[in-house]
Amino acid sequence: MDFLTLIQLLDSTVRLATPLLLACLAGLFSERAGIFDIGLEGKMLAAAFFSAAIASVTGSVWLGLAAGIAASMLLSALHGFASITFRGNQLISGVAINFLAAGLTVLIAQSWFQQGGRTPSLMGGGRFTPITLPFADAVADVPFIGPIYAELISGHSILVYIAFAAVPLTWFILFRTRFGLRLRAVGENPAAVDTAGVSVVGLRYAAIGICSVLCGIAGAYLSTALQAGFVKDMSAGRGYIALAALIFAKWRPWYALYATLLFGLFGALETRPDVITSLTGMRVQGQLLGALPYIMTVIILAGFVGRATPPRAGGEPYVKER
Amino acid sequence: MDVMPKWAEVILVPLISLILAAIISALVILAIGEDPIAAVKLMVSGALGSTYGWGYTLYYATNFMFTGLAVAVAFHARLFNIGGEGQAALGGLGVALACLYIPWPHWSLALLGAIAMAALFGAFWAAIPAYLQARRGSHIVITTIMFNFIAASLLNYILVNVLRPTGSMDPATARFPEATQLPTLHELLAPIGISFSKAAPANITLLVAVLACVLVWALIWHTRLGYELRAYGHSQSAAKYAGISPFKITMITMIISGGLAGLMAINNVMGEAERLVLNAVEGAGFIGIAVALMGRSHPFGVFIAAILFGFLYQGGAELALWTSIPRELIVVIQALVILFTGALDNMVRMPLERMFLAVRRARSPKPERKPIEPAE
Repeated sequence: MDFLTLIQLLDSTVRLATPLLLACLAGLFSERAGIFDIGLEGKMLAAAFFSAAIASVTGSVWLGLAAGIAASMLLSALHGFASITFRGNQLISGVAINFLAAGLTVLIAQSWFQQGGRTPSLMGGGRFTPITLPFADAVADVPFIGPIYAELISGHSILVYIAFAAVPLTWFILFRTRFGLRLRAVGENPAAVDTAGVSVVGLRYAAIGICSVLCGIAGAYLSTALQAGFVKDMSAGRGYIALAALIFAKWRPWYALYATLLFGLFGALETRPDVITSLTGMRVQGQLLGALPYIMTVIILAGFVGRATPPRAGGEPYVKER
Repeated sequence: MDVMPKWAEVILVPLISLILAAIISALVILAIGEDPIAAVKLMVSGALGSTYGWGYTLYYATNFMFTGLAVAVAFHARLFNIGGEGQAALGGLGVALACLYIPWPHWSLALLGAIAMAALFGAFWAAIPAYLQARRGSHIVITTIMFNFIAASLLNYILVNVLRPTGSMDPATARFPEATQLPTLHELLAPIGISFSKAAPANITLLVAVLACVLVWALIWHTRLGYELRAYGHSQSAAKYAGISPFKITMITMIISGGLAGLMAINNVMGEAERLVLNAVEGAGFIGIAVALMGRSHPFGVFIAAILFGFLYQGGAELALWTSIPRELIVVIQALVILFTGALDNMVRMPLERMFLAVRRARSPKPERKPIEPAE
């Protein structure tokens, strides 16, 4: 494998890892506050549809992004309503949200565009276009560093850079601010937070609010940057892979980056079977690569390689003592 | 201690949830510019208006009975098995192996053999997450989700590379031999003088599903194991004090649950397609969640809910055929049923409880309080 192929492979790794990273950080905020979120998949799908739909109607991708985030927030509010306010089962609520998004997106797409559950292809201002970072063209000819900067680091859409910037930001918010401390505390021991006079319900709603914004960006990325338009079921299990990455990352922001990059690499390799053959000298089945994130998550969860301990109060509705 | 009478708990709460789901579904149909009443009429005539419609409704209902029972059994032990999809897929593999590689002399023996293989394969696929939960503490919901995806990849691999007949492009097994073909409802009902549609896929598996409902009912409420299982579901620590092994209960419950999900393959793989195709389960494993929630995890409730979903499924297919309402409407209805009967259960329950309390208070006047004698 030559250097250029490697750069191309890493480039598509970054592009495929971006939605996973955003969704994974979204899940991180939610689960750190003690709210399990199986509904990442559904929120991403809804956001993907609404951003593509609005972008294609208005021609502005930024309005599309806003619509995607709004759709994701609505579903999150439903999740919060069911699992925080009415103390319902968070897992069941998440499952319901996934189906709701899967069904409604196709139903609405069919009613609005009559194209068999897809949106028209996005063109021009309806898409997030690649950004060329300063001096990318100038240094492109410099050996080694040039291609890395020009091909790998430069030339992604703004959402990719937002996703990568979200990692240190998440770390800072969670581990260096008062809000972050309280958010983590509410996922470990909500009673203690309540005793300190901080609203458990308020914190949890804030957490799923942040979660929904990140999920909305992830969904918008799928339909307006990675691809040009919405197609049925386009999230294709990415929400679940993000969930797997979250466990793989042991609920930590930097590990989330590494985990999603790894899973992104699997995705990139799946499309380049020739690279695997030349690297390992044998044929690796594409199906195995596709299943690898899930298998690795099961192994990690089982504690055979390191222990993944979830937030202690995760999944349990908080009942105030009376 | 219960605030509500039993009938309200069993009938009123699910009914109100169902009505809420129906109202919102109707609003959705209105919002996409179609007529909900015409849609319902079309669904009823398409799913229940002919023996052909009934044949499809019952065929789908058979699938949902198995997957619904699978989720329900696990619910009783407070385990959430989202893996019905993968377990049913593996069950399909078991059925295919049984039908393709064993020369069965008669369909009845083939049915027994396929039942054993389907249950075995489904149970195996549920046993791994169960073991990981019981011994290694990994969350069963996450592992069963992961196992759905792993099953999909595994079946994809096996169908493309192993079981696909040479020369065929289609990722599916060869057609099963004639001796393994199950009698359809048409063939079963013809001798007793009832003419039933020949084209509909409903088959003898329906009876197996009904039998499974009865057996699960007997298991949960009339056996020692069922008692232990429910005790474990109510309070794990209390069950532990009573000498019930959490490991044993988790394993057995999930094995039964996975076996039931696997049995679905008898219906769709052996009874209908007569070969194993890619993505044979088609989401029935997930519908099991809605069915179990609506049926309150009771086998009879599951039976009713499965028929209702069978009706929705067949009616939805008719809608997609004759109107511009896509099939995905069923997915929306399914989501709303899960939402209202599962996640928003308290929203329905709390006002009802308050109402019943108020009625009870109004009926029985407060007992007169004796004045407390001042201490001397």
